[in-house]
Amino acid sequence: MTAARTPVLVRIAAVEARLFLREPAAVFFAVVLPVALLLTLGATIPGFRDADPSLGGQRFVDAPFTAMMVLLSVVTLALSALPAVLVAYRERGVLRRLSTTPVRPVALLTAQLLINVSVAIVATALTLGLGHVFLGVPPPRSPWAFAGVFVLGSTTMLAIGLLLAAVAPNAKVVQGAGAALMFPLLFLAGMWLPRPLMPEILRRISDFTPTGAFGQALTDALGGGGPQAVHLAVLTGWALAAGLAAARLFRWQ
Amino acid sequence: MAIITVDHLRKTYGARVAVEDVSFSVEEGEVFGIVGRNGAGKTTTVECVAGLRTPTSGTIELDVGPGTDLKEQVGVQLQECSLPDKIRVGEALSLYASFYRRPADWRALAAEAGLDLRASFATLSGGQRQRLSVALALVGSPRVAILDELTTGLDPQARRETWELVARIRRRGVTVLLVTHFMEEVERLCDRVAVISRGRVRAVDTPAGLVARAGGEQRLVFRTDKPLTDERIARLRALPEVTSATVKSAVDGGVEGAVDGGETTIAGDGDLLSAVTAVLPASLMRGLRMERTTLDDAFLALTEPSHAPTHAPSQEES
Repeated sequence: MTAARTPVLVRIAAVEARLFLREPAAVFFAVVLPVALLLTLGATIPGFRDADPSLGGQRFVDAPFTAMMVLLSVVTLALSALPAVLVAYRERGVLRRLSTTPVRPVALLTAQLLINVSVAIVATALTLGLGHVFLGVPPPRSPWAFAGVFVLGSTTMLAIGLLLAAVAPNAKVVQGAGAALMFPLLFLAGMWLPRPLMPEILRRISDFTPTGAFGQALTDALGGGGPQAVHLAVLTGWALAAGLAAARLFRWQ
Repeated sequence: MAIITVDHLRKTYGARVAVEDVSFSVEEGEVFGIVGRNGAGKTTTVECVAGLRTPTSGTIELDVGPGTDLKEQVGVQLQECSLPDKIRVGEALSLYASFYRRPADWRALAAEAGLDLRASFATLSGGQRQRLSVALALVGSPRVAILDELTTGLDPQARRETWELVARIRRRGVTVLLVTHFMEEVERLCDRVAVISRGRVRAVDTPAGLVARAGGEQRLVFRTDKPLTDERIARLRALPEVTSATVKSAVDGGVEGAVDGGETTIAGDGDLLSAVTAVLPASLMRGLRMERTTLDDAFLALTEPSHAPTHAPSQEES
């Protein structure tokens, strides 16, 4: 029987992917919303498509705005979708039931991480692809750097999401905490006030936040001369700190 | 041959003792019940047997063959373990089947449990969820199935359907460790049962054996129109089958305002009814009923040693 030889992780991930797609809210906020925001705001707000001397002659949609939409999708998945599912699985005994079988519950956690990374990749591909087709957003100027920043930043955000899932006692708390964390982090990334317009002190703070570093590194990889070392270091630091804390604190039941 | 041997199991959480000292052994192919009040240590005991918790001291041996993974051979249905709302019955069963080396036919299991493969978990009734839970515990073709509080919260119909499923598991030769606090469930399903109270085993016996331990006597209860004469009561008490005869007069405990001879309770054993009717014609006894010690009585007597069984004559004739 060929089905029996399919690795268990792949089978779990396949079921988890179907479950993800059955949650319209998750698909909407992680995929549809960022892409729709890019296309509608990019097409309707005139200044977004004008060459901007402060951006070295690039248009706002080309790098900063596209970077923000990629970030929005990753942050939504990492701080909202992932922890909500993991905490619900712990609260409802799904992880506990799994621990009665020969499969370890860590397989389910791994599958969830795979799903969220995959959805983030799809959302990013749609953002870049549709942005290119409808708004003429150029492809990343340094594609490998962009891919590297995307992987590092996603890892960092998912590690923070895992830490959130580790410390949240129940589903209600994790949803509230996720939202409470998301808005300041998005603000510091420059979602509403672009980083070049931030006061110096705020921009310095932003440099050391996971989202500030991630957003700027994405922007630099998309349209500039590549990410800055400080942002890569900040992302790595947050990933290690959150990842190790999550590994220590995560409870399976 | 014992398939499960639990020897002086003890489990503590910090200062709290969940299981004080539990020993029992389960024979292959039997349905073994673990009964006790809430917090008696039943669940902790079976979780240790299932390998989900490590005993503080004591040993647990499962004779499931050398070199086999315990989790391949022990199927577990735990309390408060649900599934994601949107997962379908067929998806859950086929996924869980893929976790085992020799899975059962999950479609047949679903059919046996009366489950629709297309139904999502959120739409299942309590009984259907429990039967899915049992099916998931069996999907790896285990030799031992541990079922914890299977029918708690189910309506009588759903409870019966679930019992039917357990009876079928047993016919397949699977050894079942059944945690419950329903005596009716024990009477219907269990070959033997361990009564646990405050972390200790109070008795291990067949359900009938437990009833016999708790006295096992019969009681005839009836009312009479006129009070029984002392002479008649003395003759009743003199019968070898009778151990006690009690008359509760109408005034101090019978139906209010009724003028009659009160309620008489005659306890004893053997052919009690024939013996009593030889002294007292059946036509004089109104509302005659016969009571026996039930498994409930036995359970209460064993788990609360400070209290006498509820049926024991507490009032002597005054």
